[in-house]
Amino acid sequence: MVAPIVKVEPVAIPDSMKQWEGSLEQLRGLVSERAMTGETMLLNMGPHHPSTHGVLRLLLELDGEQIVTCLPDVGYLHTGIEKSIESKSYEKAVPLTDRMDYLAPMSNNMVFALAVEKLTGLDVPERAQVIRVICLELTRINSHLVWLGTHALDMGAMSVFLYCFREREYLLDMFEMLSGQRLMGSYIRPGGVWRDLPAEFMPALERFINYFPGKVDDYEKILTNNPLWIDRTQGIGVIEPDEGIALGVSGPSLRASGVNWDIRKSQPYSGYEKYDFNVPLGEHGDVYDRFYVRILELRESLKIIQQAMKNVPGGAFRSTNRKFVPPPRAELGRSMEAVIHHFKLWTEGYAAPDQEVFVAIESPRGEIGCYLHGTGGNKPRRAHFKTPSFMHISALGKIAEGHMIADLVGIIGSVDIVLGDSDR
Amino acid sequence: MHIPKALDPVEAVKGAYPNAVLDVVQFRDETTLVIHPQEIVSVARFLRGTNGLIYNYLSDISSVDYFPDYNRPGRFGVCYHLLSMLYTRRIRLKVYLPEDEPVVQTVVGVWPAANWLEREIYDMMGIIFEGHPDLRRVLMPDDWDGHPLRRDAPLGYETVMFSFNVDEINKHKPYAQE
Repeated sequence: MVAPIVKVEPVAIPDSMKQWEGSLEQLRGLVSERAMTGETMLLNMGPHHPSTHGVLRLLLELDGEQIVTCLPDVGYLHTGIEKSIESKSYEKAVPLTDRMDYLAPMSNNMVFALAVEKLTGLDVPERAQVIRVICLELTRINSHLVWLGTHALDMGAMSVFLYCFREREYLLDMFEMLSGQRLMGSYIRPGGVWRDLPAEFMPALERFINYFPGKVDDYEKILTNNPLWIDRTQGIGVIEPDEGIALGVSGPSLRASGVNWDIRKSQPYSGYEKYDFNVPLGEHGDVYDRFYVRILELRESLKIIQQAMKNVPGGAFRSTNRKFVPPPRAELGRSMEAVIHHFKLWTEGYAAPDQEVFVAIESPRGEIGCYLHGTGGNKPRRAHFKTPSFMHISALGKIAEGHMIADLVGIIGSVDIVLGDSDR
Repeated sequence: MHIPKALDPVEAVKGAYPNAVLDVVQFRDETTLVIHPQEIVSVARFLRGTNGLIYNYLSDISSVDYFPDYNRPGRFGVCYHLLSMLYTRRIRLKVYLPEDEPVVQTVVGVWPAANWLEREIYDMMGIIFEGHPDLRRVLMPDDWDGHPLRRDAPLGYETVMFSFNVDEINKHKPYAQE
């Protein structure tokens, strides 16, 4: 039976909504000419679409199910972190950096701490550097677990999501031991880390290290050779190496295209040169390779943690330069100088020269950079974060061109974006 | 594979564009080349394409506002952070732009990655990138007035609601109306 054709009368737009009405003319030059004549369809995807990992809006021009143009629209999570940092002293700006990339807060702390240390010339003790490496690699595992879970969920493999979040709980418990908070710990501070490793941390880490490799095997059992997974991912969303470099793609997404670039290896920070680890590389630069590179990175991160936890040196966990780092509580009762330093640091903060520095580190998502410009006073003139998600979303339009709309979901997942990271 | 010998970027740029380099600043192992705004694209193209330099990756473009009392050539600074993956080194190009006419040529033609980074600076700082293919706001709403990261833009805050002022505050909120 043929369904009867129902004629729908167009609804008149009420006057109060006229101001929100857009016109096709605004998109001239951004979409192809075919959209102007109505030959292709314009479709709005997001900002609440579950596969967009937050609030990313995509304006798609579709020819049937094929994507002709993909225009990403970000800014829904813009919180003005860079502006807020300008009104805070350097130490007080650290908790704001947590909130950019909320899946890898330690990486953000780290890049900001490194920038402040470089600007002020502050030293970092050996012990703090090793603790930082352990934290950064745990953060990488944490972030990759969320990525793997949500990426697989987008593609229809729900069980992986539950397994990944089960393992993530262990990590969040460990972060809680370190900083008292599960997510936004602000644990890495300029000059070192906030406090020393608590007694229960190392046994917990030991348990995790023994427990986790088997779990990575489980994820691989579910996905790596799964024909459904391979069909959905191989040959999809290919990024050529040259194209990736030109578009500013970084991190695992670039390494999956075969570009051997890892800042931990090439421009080591925090003593990464002392650890023996491999940089996993992909070959084809498609969704599958980006998945597999990150799986291998999970194992490499474990290797780094194993080496680091064996040689945590003794000594101070934070710089003892009292002009920058507040004295321990116990000293306040005995030393007048300590009271003065404490008062000065928590009221005024410390001064940094009227100069600029740029620091880039390897976050789980790619290269995160911090540009910091001092004023000579206690607040920065400008802090700018170059975030990998921002670059990846800007490249999304190029990558998605010519693909099916169902594959777009996989492509968004595979470049690993976090909208908080992108919008800041 | 034969890799050409690395060149000193400062000497190379000075040799090729003697009038372009206004200043060279060294701070904590970072080199900053202050470039004449007119020459930024040709210097960028030179650094990108010359054997021995090959700054193939644009790490970041950031901007800075020296308002109110700047003892610099211009109110705004735009910093291009370049990375050479081959020689694993970084360099910063910087241009100063005047307050009344903050306009600079776009480098999208040299590094496509500059597209959204320049859009962000236009959005946040109000610096115009001439020749940019798609200079729209990226983070702020399209109808936003002003450029929030300028130093003279107010920080802004939400007034805290108490029982004595809740009605007054609610009056000015953009709630949906019947």
